Amino acid sequence: MAIKLLVTCKRVEDPESKISVKPDGTGIVTEGVNYKMNPFDEIAVEEAIRLKERHGGEVVVVTIGTEKAVNELRAALAMGADRGVHVSHAGPLDPVVVSAILAKVAEQEKPDLVLLGKQSIDDDQNQAGQYLAARLGVGQATFVSKEASLESEAEQKKVPGVVLSEDGRTVTVVREIDGGVETLGLRLPAVVTVDLRLNKPRFASLPNIMKAKKKEVREVPAASLGVDLTPRVLVKGYAEPPKRKGGVTLPDVAALYEKLHVEAKVL
Amino acid sequence: MTNVLVVAEHVEGRIRKSTLNVLAAGQEVARRVGGQVRVAVLGRGAALAAHELAAYGEGVLLADAPGLEHYLAEAYAPVVARLAKEAGAAWVAGAATAFGKDLLPRVAALLDAACATDVLAFGGEGAAVTFRRPMWAGNVVAEVELATATRCFTVRPTEFPAAEKRAGGAVTPVEATVDVAALRTRFLSFREVKSERPELTEARVVVAGGRGTKGDFKVIEQLADALGGAVGASRAAVDSGWAPNDWQVGQTGKIVAPELYVAAGISGAMQHVAGMKSAKVIVAINKDPEAPIFQVADYGLVADLFQAIPALARMAQGGK
Ligand SMILES: Cc1cc2nc3c(=O)[nH]c(=O)nc-3n(C[C@H](O)[C@H](O)[C@H](O)COP(=O)(O)OP(=O)(O)OC[C@H]3O[C@@H](n4cnc5c(N)ncnc54)[C@H](O)[C@@H]3O)c2cc1C
Ligand SMILES: Nc1ncnc2c1ncn2[C@@H]1O[C@H](COP(=O)(O)O)[C@@H](O)[C@H]1O
Repeated sequence: MAIKLLVTCKRVEDPESKISVKPDGTGIVTEGVNYKMNPFDEIAVEEAIRLKERHGGEVVVVTIGTEKAVNELRAALAMGADRGVHVSHAGPLDPVVVSAILAKVAEQEKPDLVLLGKQSIDDDQNQAGQYLAARLGVGQATFVSKEASLESEAEQKKVPGVVLSEDGRTVTVVREIDGGVETLGLRLPAVVTVDLRLNKPRFASLPNIMKAKKKEVREVPAASLGVDLTPRVLVKGYAEPPKRKGGVTLPDVAALYEKLHVEAKVL
Repeated sequence: MTNVLVVAEHVEGRIRKSTLNVLAAGQEVARRVGGQVRVAVLGRGAALAAHELAAYGEGVLLADAPGLEHYLAEAYAPVVARLAKEAGAAWVAGAATAFGKDLLPRVAALLDAACATDVLAFGGEGAAVTFRRPMWAGNVVAEVELATATRCFTVRPTEFPAAEKRAGGAVTPVEATVDVAALRTRFLSFREVKSERPELTEARVVVAGGRGTKGDFKVIEQLADALGGAVGASRAAVDSGWAPNDWQVGQTGKIVAPELYVAAGISGAMQHVAGMKSAKVIVAINKDPEAPIFQVADYGLVADLFQAIPALARMAQGGK
């Protein structure tokens, strides 16, 4: 029961990089900042590859951005995705535009399941998947995770957390929500956004990095898709939040207790 | 068309606290745009929650229909979108909880609206109201405007006061139909994570452990219990399977703002700090004097947590 998967990968600032705002507040300082695939998207790519390894099928990865974003497609192809779609676009993007573009790509590719990260770690929007599901008129499951820990045997064996039914028509997923863990069934096609605990993404081997260079990447200009590319989320300015000041270092537990009890009055 | 629709969240017939924070945020937006607040309560048997909310002085719209037993974005979003239109709402608000984060962007898509998530504060007046929201794990605060006729947003509950009770509220039941057979999503089960401790996001005290606990959370839990607090954890501790998922504090976990936050064996990565920097008092206990957590802590102690935490628990219990 093969499954066709469409997975998004966005190019973002490396979460290890130091982020600071330009003095004029028009954006962030990009000098010295490294870029990589959104960490949540790496998890989505890993999950898609596991599903394909188990059931057969195809993993198509898509990115929207400048030529540089092709690096992230190559990274996904090196992990094991089959081919890439680069929607070329240079201007600002927001979830309204991103989801409209992805809906067009989904119409062309007709995947059984679209996998996205739950959020981009640059804009921290947490919206694209929900918008996309509404646009496609399909079910959505956000923040998908799994109950077994990342140290479990199932994880060692790379068992997918997203479970495809025998007849290949539905998936069962586990979501991390407030107060507990929810299990949903989704009729395919469907949209799933992934959370951190779904899996540990694999590293690409050197031979696979070489092979990835030969895999197909189709370029599609965003302007050719017939969607309104005008951003609707307009950023007026960027600022750094008020910083917390480091306080005092105390010599021992008794001094700490004293401070909490007498000065801060929280104990 | 300048009203504000606030989407309520309830559990077992009771309003979640965060709904009162969104209500206060919605009231602020209503003042800024010169509109009125309406509250949407959806769910099978949600009348109790609707009446509880009416005590806060706003008009409550109650949609109770088959198909709304369990929350599903696919079933709820069209109902909320319809209520927004009927209420003349140009603004639709929810809390940045798992429920609100899942629902509001889908509602926005149905209303041709743009959406601002995890809002910390508002600026401006009328149609030019702006939203302040975090980006890059809270390293940046952006001021955004939504260039659509209808606008959706989710607010971070810890940044807003709770709405206050007032007279004048009333519950209006509204027709709602869900085509259950057409739904492509099915609720299968919910496993509640029960705890005797206060809820992490509402606790007065949070004691959190990280990789430095080496998997032994006992001392962390003992201090939390001595202080009547909740237990938190870093991602490293959760990923290792030492702490349940819903203990995670940070950019991708819970956002907390307790009176006292104790971070033990946590290095203070920016993704962790993003979830606790609004705490009133932060205590860091770490073996490494260079750990970045000390840069955000009010009180730091360079010590082995296995010695320091039990000692602090004893003192707090009066056994000094
Ligand atoms: C996209 C993304 C999202 C993320 N989201 C989150 C999030 O929501 N929350 C989160 O927490 N992290 C998050 N992270 C991970 C984050 O970057 C850090 O890796 C993580 O917070 C580290 O956890 P830690 O401080 O427990 O471990 P470490 O960084 O390994 O620190 C352990 C600390 O314990 C100290 N220690 C060791 N032994 C002792 C002892 N006996 N007594 C006292 N101190 C001791 C050490 O000195 C060290 O400082 C995210 C990362 C990414 C990329
Ligand atoms: N420019 C983009 N290219 C590819 N995928 C994207 C892009 N923007 C957002 N996404 C996907 O949508 C998810 C959620 O993003 P967001 O709603 O922006 O937080 C991300 O994890 C990506 O998988």
